[in-house]
Order: sequence, then C-alpha cells, then structure tokens
Amino acid sequence: MTTDTPEVLSCKGLRKRFDDVTAVDDVSFTIAAGETYGLLGPNGAGKTTIISMVAGILRPDAGDVLVEGVPVSTRTTEPKGRIGYVPQELAVYPDLTGRENLTFFARLQGLSRVAAARRVAHVLGVVGLTDRADDRAEHYSGGMRRRLHIGMGLLHEPILLVLDEPTAGVDPQSRNAIMDNIRELAHSGLAILYTTHYMEEAERLCDRVGVIDAGRLVAEGTRRELVALLGERDRISLSVDGDLGHAEDVARLVPAVLGVAARGRGLELLVHDARQCLPAVLSALAEEDVRVRAVEVDEPNLETVFLHLTGRALRG
Amino acid sequence: MRASLLIAAKDLRQRLRDRSVLVFTLVLPLGLGLVFSLVLGDLADGNDVFRYAVADADGGQVAAVFTHQVLPAASEGGAITVRTASSTQEALRLVDDGDVTAAFILPPAFTARVMAGQEAVIEVVGDVDAPLGTGVARSLAESFTARLTSVRVSVAAALRAGSTRDPARLAAEAASVPDPLRQVEIPASRRELDATTYYAAGMSVFFLFFTVQFGVTSLLDERRAGTLARLLASPIRPLSVLLGKLITSLVVGTVGTAVLVAATSVLMGARWGHPVGVGILVLTGVLAATGVVAVVASLARTSEQAGGWQAVVAISLGALGGAFFPVAQVGGPLAVISLVSPHRWFLRGLADLAGGDVRAVLPSAGALTAFALVGFGTAYLLGRREVRL
Repeated sequence: MTTDTPEVLSCKGLRKRFDDVTAVDDVSFTIAAGETYGLLGPNGAGKTTIISMVAGILRPDAGDVLVEGVPVSTRTTEPKGRIGYVPQELAVYPDLTGRENLTFFARLQGLSRVAAARRVAHVLGVVGLTDRADDRAEHYSGGMRRRLHIGMGLLHEPILLVLDEPTAGVDPQSRNAIMDNIRELAHSGLAILYTTHYMEEAERLCDRVGVIDAGRLVAEGTRRELVALLGERDRISLSVDGDLGHAEDVARLVPAVLGVAARGRGLELLVHDARQCLPAVLSALAEEDVRVRAVEVDEPNLETVFLHLTGRALRG
Repeated sequence: MRASLLIAAKDLRQRLRDRSVLVFTLVLPLGLGLVFSLVLGDLADGNDVFRYAVADADGGQVAAVFTHQVLPAASEGGAITVRTASSTQEALRLVDDGDVTAAFILPPAFTARVMAGQEAVIEVVGDVDAPLGTGVARSLAESFTARLTSVRVSVAAALRAGSTRDPARLAAEAASVPDPLRQVEIPASRRELDATTYYAAGMSVFFLFFTVQFGVTSLLDERRAGTLARLLASPIRPLSVLLGKLITSLVVGTVGTAVLVAATSVLMGARWGHPVGVGILVLTGVLAATGVVAVVASLARTSEQAGGWQAVVAISLGALGGAFFPVAQVGGPLAVISLVSPHRWFLRGLADLAGGDVRAVLPSAGALTAFALVGFGTAYLLGRREVRL
C-alpha cells in the first residue's frame, strides 16, 4: 500500500525533550493514503507527544512533519486544515449542543455558514447523533460524547485523521462502533494515524504498526512482519482419536508444517501461518481417517512482540 | 480576526448559559444598585437625608438668627431639612418617633445669656441609630455657638465705644454677619463626586475585575478540558485564541459596567457625567481590568487558582483604589500609593469629568490604558507558552 499510494504524512527524525526527559527520540515514519498506521506503546511512551507534533500544536526540538509535502508547525495554518485531530481528552463543550459544537469547529476550519451546516448534518449522520443533535453534550452518554468528539475531526474532510487513544474509557459496545467507523473512514481513502496501548485494537485496525517505547520507535511493519522479526511461529494444537503416530506422520507431510510433536493425546504443529495452513492440515488428516476432536491456534501477537522488543509488558 | 470573533461568540454563548456570569453582570450590579438606592437614595434625591426639628423656647433675637438664618441657609444645599417644633416636648417626640434625625433645642433665656456674656448652649438631641446625622447637627450648633463668643466680644466693644443701640439687636446683627474669612467654594462638581455616584462608580469598577475574569480564565478551562489542543490544531493563528478570549472579557466587562451605570442612574440618581467621557473611562477601565486579570491568569495553573488569586487582587486594588471609601481624601502616602490601582484612576477620571469637560478624563484614561498595555504585555510574555506562540 505504501509503495502504490501517495504519501500523506511523513515524519522525519522527530525529537522532543521536556526538561531532562527525552519524550520522543528520532522518530520517523510515513503514512500513505487509505492506510491506517498505529502507534502502539504503553502509557508515557511518547505517543501523545508525537501526535501533538503531527497535529501542529507542539513544536519539535528537531525533525520535520510533512503533510503532502507541506511542513506542519505550530505557526502554520494551511496544512492544519488537511488534518483532522482527535485528542485523547474528550474535547467537547458540554454546555453547547452537539450541533453547536460541530458548527463552531467547522467554522474555525474556515467553512462558510452554509457549508458548515451541510457538513455538520453529514457528520452527525456519520457518528449517529442526528436525533440528539440539538441536545447539550452534557446530556450525552460517554459513548455519544466520544462519537461527537471524533466527528469534530471529520468536519472539514481532512486527508489525514489523527486519533489519540480514541477508545479510552469507552464501553465495549461503543468501542466496537467507533472502530467500525474508523475502518469505514480508512476504506474511503483517509490516511489514519492511530495511537493505542490496546494490542487488540492495533491488530484489528492497523495496516502497519509502529512499536514505541521510551520515546523511540523500536520496530514497525505489518503484524506479520513484526512477528517475523522475532522469528516466531504459529502453533496449532490438535486433539485426535486413533493412532497418534500415524496422525503425526500425516501432518508432517503437509508442506507448510515446519515441525510436529506428540503431546499427550494430541499433536502440536509449528507452522508459518496457522490460518493459511490449517485447512490443508485438517484435509490431510481427514483423508487418512484421523478424527480431530479439537483445534487450538496460538499466534504470536503484538503483546508478545512488545515483550520481546522491550522486555516489558504492554500494559504494565 | 474572524477566528477570534468566532471564539468570542462561542465563549459569550457559553457565558450566557453560565449563571455565574449573569450573577456578576446583572444580578449583583442590580442588587447593589437597589441596596445603594435604599441606603443612599435620599442623598441622590438631594433632600431628606438628615431631617431636623428645631424648638425655640427662647424666642429672642439671637435664637431667631439660628432658626431663621443659619438653619435655612444650611438646608439650601439640599443636605438637610428642618421643621419647626412648637415645643421642646414635641421636638423630643419627633426624635423618639424617628420622624427626624435630631432636634435643636434653644433653651429659654438663650438670647439673654448671650447678652449677659454667659455661656449659652444649643442642645442637640439625636437619634441613637443616626450618629452621622446627629454629628452633623452637633457641628451646626457648635459652629453657631462658637460664633456667639465673638459676638459677645463685638457687642461689648460697641457698647464700650458709646453705642446707644439695643444690645440684643446689636448681638443679632453681629451673629448674622458672615464670617470675614470664608472658604472659597470651588464648585464641588469639578473635583468631587457626590456620595451616590462615588459609591456606584466604586462598586462598578470593583465588580469589573470579576466580570472580565470570565474571558481570560476560560483559556485555562479550555486547556483542562482538552479543547485548547483542538483549537490550536485548527488552521488559525495561536494569537487568535488569545484575542478571542480578550474580546470575550471586553464584551462581558463593558456590558456589565454599562448595566451598572444605567441601573445606578435610574435607581439611585447617580450622576456619572457626560456619556462620551463615561464611555471612554469604562472602555479603558475594562481594558485595564482585563490586563490585570490576564497577568494573574497567566501565572495560574488552573481556573480555580486563577479565580482565587484574582479575587485577592481585585479586593486589594479595590480597597487601595478607593472603591469602598475615598482613600484619596485621606492624603499622605496612602493617596500616593493608591495611584497604582486602576480603581483610583477610574474614580479620579469620573471626578474630573464631573466638571463637564470630556477632555478632563484623558489623563485618567491614559493611565488606565497604560495599565492595560503593561498587563497585556506581561500576560503575553508569561502566557505565550500556553498557546505555543
């Protein structure tokens, strides 16, 4: 995706210090149109500092942020209009209605009164708040406020959406709705920068993930690329009836299987990609009349990657 | 500028929904106006503040000078009214009933005692709940009896020189002669505000320092709520955010003060002066107040902290500047120190304006503008990190 589509965001050598603490240390990455890039790291890793520099509200000590090749800084205005920023805090005015909140920020983005009204109506529909548009935000549920909060970042049809932990403190149902929304936005061609300390969200949403720790980007790539960096393999555990030795021989003949070991009344297979090779394994066993009673797949996840890269758990 | 106006419009909408701003811009000023009208309303009407009765049990010529010349002359200014009681008992009853503040009682043989060179006293019986009015009555009486001492000397000198005229008539004429040394009366309207206007103006400038807080401290609220980050991520100049907050303070402060000016004029009869001059002072006063509270806000970390500090500053400057009592009249170092308070300049400007010349407010307006410029400059230097300028 990054090679075929135009680059929307480019961060080069970003550095930021706060007194004696280096919050961000030489971080570089790019995001292409239609790509969702996740910054994954624990609290305090530097994700929000990076996001703040990308959004042009924090000046880096060194490095550049370019949106479609145009530098972003705290003093520039034009490139900020291409960015939709959704900060971590629930940045809505509780004493204004949903429509008033959206209209205010739409007008700040430079939209005319008419254009703002049109975009507000559209965004209210996108975030599912049309029916409650004229209620004050203080009367919204937490999930509704969070949706309004995200909607504010979409008003001016940005080409880059920057989301800083958008599901923090949200109930599972609302979280799913928000993630579905974000996925749809990515499919519409929006470039998305997404920070989270939830491994599941990064795996579910992001095309590529940058693992950040203590201000440094320690690794980046697709989930599979990151797992491959560590030389990890997927494991398939099978509970089988009948001759275990025969079943082991059959499994070993499947091309994608790297290794087989008998464990109690079952087999443990080491493979490159469990999801891809599982059908072939089950088919081969079925042809040899080996009855499989249970299957368990164990894929190394980003939590494992983070643990290996930093020596610490993601949510420590 | 467009972004600043949008921010100010949003803030004002929020403030209108925030009851605290209504309290500071409408309820408190109007409430104070009502209290002032009750307490000082009589003064504003120009009469009936100190109501006196006089009982003349003497009936002589010297007593008549007091009842028919001294008291009527004093009441011409509108500060007192005098009614005649038919007897000492009636005068005392009027005081007891609260119908008058105090009563002057000229005892029998008052004139004769003056003629005989003996001590003659005008008794003053006052309402215990009206010490100020009683004190004024006592001053009037003492002033007259002090003059009688010189009258006695004058009469004695005339008789010794061979005058054949009636001593009582001579004494009455001497007592009624104006003092040779009189204080030259500078028209009070040129340098002094009447009490009603003074306290109305003092309260208005005092509350001004609270009303303008809403704009500048909302920047701290925005930071806490996370909306400041969103504002700064918008395609606007960071300075637009500060300017928007400034406009909010100016509008709230100007409207609040205008309401108080109108309310005190209507309810209390306060005489603020020429509208153009008042407008200049109000605008520069609002700017000065906003500048001062902006400095305080730029030093605070939270809006609650800023509110506390600003209250201390507002009360201190208000007391020093004469919002509660006319410090300038005390004189000495305190009057000089009071010049560091914008309140002092605001009140001084109004006093200068009382003469009728609008240009007279310019020195005070200049001082208030200087307060504003220093305040904004300091706040900018201290607070620019807040908006990453």
